[in-house]
Amino acid sequence: MTSLVVHAVALDDLPVLEPRAWRNWVKGELLQGGRPVMLWGRRGEAGVEVSIALQRADRGLDVLRTTVDPAHGYFALTEVAPALHACERELHETLGVRLTGHPWLKPLRFHGQTQADMAAYPYYRVDGKCVHEVAVGPIHAGVIEPGSFRFQCSGELVHHLEIQLGYQHRGVEALLAARDPRRSIPLVETIAGDASVAHAWATCAALERLAGVEVTPAVELTRAILLELERAAMHLAGLAGMATDVGFVPAASTYGRLRTTAINTTMRLCGSRFGRGALRPGGVVVTPDAKAVAAAVELLTAHGATADACFFGARVVQHRLQGVGALTTAQAQQIGLVGLAARACGVEIDQRQGAGGAYAARPIAVHTEPSGDCWARARVRSRELAASLAWLAAAAGALGEAGPLPAPTPIGALAPSQLVIALAESWRGEVVHALETDAAGRVVRHKVQDPSLRNWLGLALGLRDNEISDFPICNKSYDLSYCGNDL
Amino acid sequence: MWKLLQLRREQGRQAIADLRTARPEGFRGLPVIATTPCAEGCQACVDVCPTAAITAPPAQLDLGRCTLCGACAPACPSGKIAFTTQTAMAASERTALVVSEGPARIPDVDIGAALRARFGRSLKLRQVSAGGCNGCELELNALANVNFDIGRHGIEWVASPRHADALVVSGPITKTMADAVQLAWDAMAAPRFVIAVGACAISGGLYDGAPGVDRGFFDRQPPLIYVPGCPPHPLTIARALLMALGR
Repeated sequence: MTSLVVHAVALDDLPVLEPRAWRNWVKGELLQGGRPVMLWGRRGEAGVEVSIALQRADRGLDVLRTTVDPAHGYFALTEVAPALHACERELHETLGVRLTGHPWLKPLRFHGQTQADMAAYPYYRVDGKCVHEVAVGPIHAGVIEPGSFRFQCSGELVHHLEIQLGYQHRGVEALLAARDPRRSIPLVETIAGDASVAHAWATCAALERLAGVEVTPAVELTRAILLELERAAMHLAGLAGMATDVGFVPAASTYGRLRTTAINTTMRLCGSRFGRGALRPGGVVVTPDAKAVAAAVELLTAHGATADACFFGARVVQHRLQGVGALTTAQAQQIGLVGLAARACGVEIDQRQGAGGAYAARPIAVHTEPSGDCWARARVRSRELAASLAWLAAAAGALGEAGPLPAPTPIGALAPSQLVIALAESWRGEVVHALETDAAGRVVRHKVQDPSLRNWLGLALGLRDNEISDFPICNKSYDLSYCGNDL
Repeated sequence: MWKLLQLRREQGRQAIADLRTARPEGFRGLPVIATTPCAEGCQACVDVCPTAAITAPPAQLDLGRCTLCGACAPACPSGKIAFTTQTAMAASERTALVVSEGPARIPDVDIGAALRARFGRSLKLRQVSAGGCNGCELELNALANVNFDIGRHGIEWVASPRHADALVVSGPITKTMADAVQLAWDAMAAPRFVIAVGACAISGGLYDGAPGVDRGFFDRQPPLIYVPGCPPHPLTIARALLMALGR
């Protein structure tokens, strides 16, 4: 058992069905509780190869493929699984696959030639007496990434919010396709720069499986320590942001300062506050310092608890967060939320649950909240922060016993005609990397999915019937990545 | 109430006393290249660099392209390259970002006497992310936290370009943000200047030549300050700003 969910299949063993049978199979799997993880395409010789990965209750993945003529396409799965709406929009936008019956076939991030058409995005409009539109973006008021938001309001009340992304589209997947996969990690670390470790680990795990390399338990442990430090740092950053947005300065200052401690600990281990350069295929480039980790964890645990008591105990905070931007469990499942946003709606998805490797000896607790509102998302972050710190306190001891770590051994040739999918639980949710090799062992497709792609719709839906002035706190509570979505 | 007082007591005083001289422990910062001759025909550092920041021989490293990933140091069979914890890396001249063989040289940040006189006591910054990965954005935000507390030096983020003296750009500038960056610049009152933060903004970095990138803005408005890193450490940014203001 590895620390991540890694699924490998030889292309010869990958079932390829005709579109109708494929669609029926997917429908059957969904009825049996299969959870859609990713749907993606690739231009092949006989048409567009469309693959879908579904996760069973035992964490295992089922992958099935079909080949479609793009002009003919297939009947959209979004109709039966709204969670796939973004994946199918991407399929349509990038590969021109016709999707009959897709209810919302709008541009996902604008691509290639269509980038010039961004200003003509077909926003949904609400007409009626006193209904007005509010346009925000792409540049926002703070130091954050760009995206456009269009609100349909009556006074303060939001009827509908539509989020137009694509402003951060750099062409990550095109660059990944053009580069030597063994040297792609620096680029992978910037897919969503606040989740560098999670993305890098998923890619390393996939490449190592392709190369038939098994890293040592010490390497797995070190990677997990960096991942949990990243989670702790970003949960602190998120809580600091939420405290700032509700004007609760004492907690904002403390969470912000504690984040500095967390990322400086990462820097002590690997030279970068974001864990850049630490994970490489075949190993890690890390100077283990168990004492630094233990000391930081002790401080974060003690001072974090005081900040939590003040923040969550304040009536003003409770009033500003409870019942705001709420989604039900059923909505979250229907639109396929992942990660902390899903757990805040009572949906228990966490790829670390039941994981082996670094998590086998010290299982990490999964936390959910039932209410699906800003309060729930803040609570989940706080409880996950505490769980990560408890895990890190135990893991730091093991890091000290592991001794110095050797430099990564460069991995060799990749196995030909394979598909490997790796899932890592970043602080936002699962990152998915799917690498496929051709008969010569070259990577012909490196598909990336950041959890943000799955969760942006949750923010939009949750804002309905809320006040527009609550948008900033709702946005911060999801803390989604623009660049991770836009790629 | 008691909890709040406890929180305040635990918080203590967190501000770094001198942002210009602080050295973060463990930071992989300014590289130095020894004058030891390169092995005959060796291109190990060049081959391993993800952003083509290095040329050799003689070995030269362009901080404007470098992501500080550290891959070149162990790759060099002659052990010529080492990374120090030095955060002072920003420059006003693009060419000053090139590190040559020999002892470390700290580049100058100079925005000129006129701008220094105008903004020396108060500098308002409008930031635009144009393809940034949220690394630079988080570090720019960190400047305002209690540790770096850049506000005590009269440097602040503002929401409107109308209120801004300098435009801070992060990211390689995506095609879809090219117009927005130009609009933000056009909305600013003169005197004004551009600050490029991070390898992506300075040279395209990892996204040099990417299909979704349009760097025309920097050709029209060359930055007066280049802040290297991927992302830059807040101390690198802070020192650049303070030097620019003559502090």
